Amino acid sequence: MTDASKPMTDPPSEPAPSRGQWADVWDQFKVHRGAFWGMVVFGTILFLIVVGPFIYWNDPQAVPTGRDFLNLRDMRPIYVLLWDSGAKVNWLYPLGTDNLGRDTLGRLLLGGRVSIAVGITAMLLSLFLGTFIGVLAGYFRRLDGVLMRLTNLFLALPLLPLLLVAVLLFRDPLSKGFGPEGGTFILIVTLVGVTSWMQTARIVRGDVLALKEREFVLAARSIGTSPTQMILRHILPNVLSPIMVSATLGIATAIITESALSFLGFGFPPDFPTWGKLLFDAVDRMALYPERVLWPGLLISLTVLAVNYVGDGLRDALDPRIRGR
Amino acid sequence: MLTYTIRRLILSVPTLLFISLVIFLLLELAPGDPMAQVPLTVPLEVKQQMREALGVGQPVWVAFPKWLYQFFVVEPQVLFDVVFSTNFSEGKARMISWQSRSPIMDIVAERIPQTLWVVGVAYIVAILMALPIGIYSAYRQYSVFDQAGTFVTMIGFSVPPFFSGVLVIVIFSVQLGWFPSIYDTTHRVVDWDTFVVQLQQMIMPVMVLALQITSQLSRFMRASMLDNLGQDYVRTARAKGLPERSVVLVHVLRNSLIPVVTVIALGVPAIFGGAIITEQVFKVNGIGQLLITAIQGNDLPMVQTLTFIFAVLIVLFNLIADVLYGILDPRIRYD
Repeated sequence: MTDASKPMTDPPSEPAPSRGQWADVWDQFKVHRGAFWGMVVFGTILFLIVVGPFIYWNDPQAVPTGRDFLNLRDMRPIYVLLWDSGAKVNWLYPLGTDNLGRDTLGRLLLGGRVSIAVGITAMLLSLFLGTFIGVLAGYFRRLDGVLMRLTNLFLALPLLPLLLVAVLLFRDPLSKGFGPEGGTFILIVTLVGVTSWMQTARIVRGDVLALKEREFVLAARSIGTSPTQMILRHILPNVLSPIMVSATLGIATAIITESALSFLGFGFPPDFPTWGKLLFDAVDRMALYPERVLWPGLLISLTVLAVNYVGDGLRDALDPRIRGR
Repeated sequence: MLTYTIRRLILSVPTLLFISLVIFLLLELAPGDPMAQVPLTVPLEVKQQMREALGVGQPVWVAFPKWLYQFFVVEPQVLFDVVFSTNFSEGKARMISWQSRSPIMDIVAERIPQTLWVVGVAYIVAILMALPIGIYSAYRQYSVFDQAGTFVTMIGFSVPPFFSGVLVIVIFSVQLGWFPSIYDTTHRVVDWDTFVVQLQQMIMPVMVLALQITSQLSRFMRASMLDNLGQDYVRTARAKGLPERSVVLVHVLRNSLIPVVTVIALGVPAIFGGAIITEQVFKVNGIGQLLITAIQGNDLPMVQTLTFIFAVLIVLFNLIADVLYGILDPRIRYD
């Protein structure tokens, strides 16, 4: 949404005829320094992981064989030369290689694709579930009790243990159906989505309950709008701002959950890199090769930090009481 | 208030029953056989008898009530027996772990002190750090301290414990060699030197957990203080000439602490969940590590019991938070 609203920020000298809501939001968002830089950092990371693997010259999955294996494995990043001139480095492998001779930078880029794809897909699923349940509970009084009971029940579940158990249960059947990578992807996205919709549902329900009493809803109903039309045309656009804030925070939660699962050994299959997996694999050798731990961890933290800042800024920008201060 | 508490307690019974049934049914689907490790030379019918002895393959309507009976009747009796040296539980079947073939609750009782020790200390440290940071950041909003504090808490909020834990291990045990990277639970504190060793091995796991909790709590404390600092009663207190110190630390602080206390109560079960990862990083053999090994070893009764214990903690602390809120804030009245 921020990209789309960029051209709307006219220079203030012109007598702006009419300013949309999103221009105001963007103006407020820009002022929030953390949010602005968070967006820049997240955009950069997204750009790198999307474009990077096409430009980058090393194949991240290639395992060298024979003599190459001995020459190429356990290479250090080139910056190690700064304090250790005898280090085993190669300028073609900027961040070194792992113990099988696979290129670290390439694997980081590929792993980032998976981690962020999991984060965004799981966020979309949890957003869909949360909005759906929240709108239903808020709009239809008859469903409210049941759905909120369900939400509270989900909030009372010990999620991390159940996630671990569920991964164990469903990994094999799904792997058979969709292949090891696809199966795990579907499994983790579904699990993270199904276990993180509750906050969104609560917020959306509260907002819908308040909106339902407003005059425009009464007006729409008086001209015979059906409930479906009412929800899609009148209610949903008005609860967009809390949904957007939950969306950014949801990406952060999903990335962390996926990394935590991978870190505990319950994530993607071993040869399939994600940031959490790379971190997990590197822990055993972190005394000798600290860089293999640092880079994936740094990337996870940086992404989550950036996304959290964007969420913070978005919350401020979308709140009309704070806007303009 | 009392009626409310009682009503909530009664309402939590069906919730817990439902949660335990969900966990139970989920685990019913689990693949794997507790006899998979038994040598192939053992005849099939013997294996079948061993399975029956462990209660494998019983239908749900037999196994679930039996589990409930064991959890809610037999195990409390055992606890009672141990405490008062009576023998109510004699001859009654206890919940047995498939992995170690010993009673589950004995293993849990062995593991809980380590978890409580690390997690509890971390929680207290975190509260002691978070409250002053939150109070001062709110009092001097947009000052350098506030900006720095907000940034640091944002980092603590975003860096997952499996990275911060590994990072402090790389820095403090690998590079500097100050602290051990593994938490040794067999260590006993008998004199000053062993106390120092215990302190050294506790610093890293405690700080990693505390950083995370501090970030959440101090953000909350700051927001709550900011809400209250703008209120009319603060102006009144200042106008009648109260010293600034007592305005902030007595009037504002007491009112701001109300929501923070409930957040602290709500955070306790989440900390047990978060400690699973921290325990794994520092190899603390606490309850979280027990859960991981049980899941990996297909020890379904153990997984079931531990997950349910986590669920009980969540429901219990939700209740405590709500009741505390009602007690602390006279404006809140539950009908």
